Order: sequence, then structure tokens, then C-alpha cells
Amino acid sequence: MIEHARPFDLAADRCGPSSSPIIRIASRGLAPLIQIIGLYVFFHGHYSPGGGFQGGVLLAASIILLRMGLGFANTQTVMPSGWTVPLGAVGGLIYIGTGFFAVLCGGNFLDYGVFPMPWLDPPHLHSYGILFIEVGVTLTVMSTLVAIFDHLLDG
Amino acid sequence: MKLHQALVLLAFAAVLTMAAMQLPARGDAASPANRVFNTRGEPVAGAHYISHAEKDAATPNMVTVILADYRSFDTLGETLVVFAGGIACLFILRRLKP
Repeated sequence: MIEHARPFDLAADRCGPSSSPIIRIASRGLAPLIQIIGLYVFFHGHYSPGGGFQGGVLLAASIILLRMGLGFANTQTVMPSGWTVPLGAVGGLIYIGTGFFAVLCGGNFLDYGVFPMPWLDPPHLHSYGILFIEVGVTLTVMSTLVAIFDHLLDG
Repeated sequence: MKLHQALVLLAFAAVLTMAAMQLPARGDAASPANRVFNTRGEPVAGAHYISHAEKDAATPNMVTVILADYRSFDTLGETLVVFAGGIACLFILRRLKP
């Protein structure tokens, strides 16, 4: 009889806080900077190289740095391990939902120009539509990478 | 064996060098990649994107407009592939009690 193990009970034992105070303090200091840079790369994707994929990878890197420096159990408040896969699905649903919202408003799939916001002209509707789907891409990439790290620790 | 490998590498280097010397100059308007109309007289997609991207989406970054607006269905597939890869890793790494 194969039974599912309780999730993430081994990961907390395998990945405790680092014994070196330098690593603990440096990871706590660096992670917010990496998160700020990740959000900058994500939001500035309209004007410079960047976007959802790169910003999501930077956000995931900051969370994984915190997990390795401070330990698995102490960083569950930053990103709970049970939330990673549902968050990834939510990101994909945001993307698909943006597409079907355009269909409901009478346009083609992912045609942002038909959104019912009459105070915006179609080019700016396209700009905000790009931003919506990049939110979905960022959520999916970030939570998928953190989920792979958590399951590597636990497997 | 070592001599054969070195000869094959030299041959590849020669082919690559000859191919690189034949490349059109950067920004050459007559090169096929930069033409507005192809050899059959039909308009090329790249020239349309370059001339319309900022007007269509009010976004200066042309790559983002192509990635997330003109070709957003492709990016939807990429996102779902990333998610599906994560799910596959999860099923491989998931620990089962024997």
C-alpha cells in the first residue's frame, strides 16, 4: 500500500539555518535588493530589456537565497511551500483569463484593444493588456522555480 | 584519432568563417532580413512590426510588443510549458512512503 508522505517534513530537517552569521545576514540583506531589482525588471519591461520571465526568475532567486541562508522552516512566511503550485496555476489562469475576457468583450482571443475602458485609447489598452499577462507570467515562473527547489529538498 | 578531431574542427572553423564573411552588413537595407517586400512583392512581417509596434501598443520596447501582443498566444504556450515542467518535476521528486 503506497501512501502519500506528509509534505515537506524532511525538507525542514535537511535545510536548516546556516551556521555562519555572515551568510545569514548577507542573505537577509541581499534578498530585498534582488526583489526590488526583480520588480524593476518586470515593470520596466515595456521600456527596456526585461519582462515577466526575467523578473519572475529574479524573484524566485531571492526566495531561494532566503531559503538557503535562513533555513526552510524560517522562510515559510515569505513563501509558503504549499502555495507555490496553486500560485503557478493562478498565474496561468490570469493569462488565459485576460485572453477570454477579450473574447467576452467581443474581440479575438488576447486582443486587448476591446477591453471596456472607454477612457483609454486602444494603444494604451494594449499596453495595460501586456502588463496583465506579464503579471501572470511572473507569478508562474516565480512559483514554479520555488516549487522545484522545495521538492528537490524534500524528495 | 586526435588528428582526425583536429581536422574536423578546422573544417568546421573554415566553414563558419566563410559563412560569417558572407553575412550582410548591419543595417543593410538590401539584405533579405531588412526588406519591406519580399522577392514576390508581398509585405514582410518584420517591417510591419518595426513601423507599427510603438503606435499600436504605446510601448517603446518593440520586443515586448511582439512577445506579448502580436505573438501573445505563443507566450501563453511558453508560460504553460514552464508550469507543466514544474508539475513534471514535482511528480518525479514527490516522496512516497513505501
